[in-house]
Amino acid sequence: MKHVDEYRAPERVRRLAAAIAEDVKRPMRVMEVCGGQTHSIVRFGIDQLLPPALTLIHGPGCPVCVTPIAVIDAAIGLAHRPGVTLCSFGDMLRVPGSRTSLIAARAAGAAVRIVHSPLEAFALARADPAREVVFFAVGFETTAPATAMLLVEAQRLGVSNVSVLCAHVRVPAALEALLADPATKLDGFLAAGHVCAVMGTAEYEPIARRHHVPIVITGFEPVDILQGLLMCVEDIAARRARVRNAYARVVRPEGSRAARAALARCFTAVDSDWRGLGRIEAGGFAIAPAFAAFDAAQRYDIGRAAGGEDPRCRAGDVLRGALRPDRCPSFGTACTPEHPLGAPMVSGEGACAAYHRYRSIAP
Amino acid sequence: VTLAEGVIRVGRVDFGGVTQEVNLSYVPEAAPGDWIVAHVGFAIARIDEDSAARTLALLDERPG
Repeated sequence: MKHVDEYRAPERVRRLAAAIAEDVKRPMRVMEVCGGQTHSIVRFGIDQLLPPALTLIHGPGCPVCVTPIAVIDAAIGLAHRPGVTLCSFGDMLRVPGSRTSLIAARAAGAAVRIVHSPLEAFALARADPAREVVFFAVGFETTAPATAMLLVEAQRLGVSNVSVLCAHVRVPAALEALLADPATKLDGFLAAGHVCAVMGTAEYEPIARRHHVPIVITGFEPVDILQGLLMCVEDIAARRARVRNAYARVVRPEGSRAARAALARCFTAVDSDWRGLGRIEAGGFAIAPAFAAFDAAQRYDIGRAAGGEDPRCRAGDVLRGALRPDRCPSFGTACTPEHPLGAPMVSGEGACAAYHRYRSIAP
Repeated sequence: VTLAEGVIRVGRVDFGGVTQEVNLSYVPEAAPGDWIVAHVGFAIARIDEDSAARTLALLDERPG
């Protein structure tokens, strides 16, 4: 397909890998933030083309993975409530809450429906006014504008039987938290291209300056990722801390003005818990007071988490980049995509799932 | 992208053979024939063909 094949061309990949090898003359640690990039790196074996001194650290960019256990428990509780249909993206269904998952709850009779867009949940609510529809809103700044549209349309058309259980999170806040942690020791970042397509690049300038790291806005195909890496190692080698854009065909410096305006209208930045990482300052979006009538957390008594993480799960270390998924003692044994101990083994953006899918060695 | 105008601007987008409706509210500049990046039913960016061609040309000029 156009805009895909040309970014997988072997000759371009080979040239870029050779150029990167020339620039890496000392150990460097670069984090790719987005789980979509992690999957591409592991799937295409990009890490295996790199010089040994360059280590890729997989970041926390998997929205499903960082959604707190308490919110998953709340979603399960809502799905069990008579008259309520809980709508969720598919990759959330197997993610373990403290006791069970949405998929197990559905098997036990809870009303859980997979949707591919918040607008599907909205259409469901309009089609059946007698049912209460709750959209479980998970995702970064890429997804939050779609939830914003649901809120705006629900208010404009007076659709009162729809609400949003909001777990949207903000990427720059997590970068700040990772850089402030001396244990991570990162020399550079590949920022998530599709988050920047919405938000633009300005948010990253102060982070690059404050922590003195280069940040390169990067796409998702092999040539995109290698080009982002090349720009990043050039700046690390020259000790330059700046923001550059390796995904210019998609990312404009100002992002999408219309999407940013929708976010500003519908949400406010709040401190929030990231599963595995803990509390992050301004790490999440809460529904703005003007749309409080559509906030499921205010409409229903959603309770508290019944318990915590499975003690065998080391998702926190994986999300911080401190543990490579295949080095976890439970990887592929106690923890598999069918029976996951933690969220990163489930999601299409989870690092553990990427290693399990593309790097598992047959017995 | 082909267009169907209403209160909300929606386009029919061909994803390599499968056609789906995509909300164009956040990429108002999208026009018929454009390539876009879509996510959860919404266009989030228009692909700049000139920029794409320039990047690939630069890459291919680089001595390997």
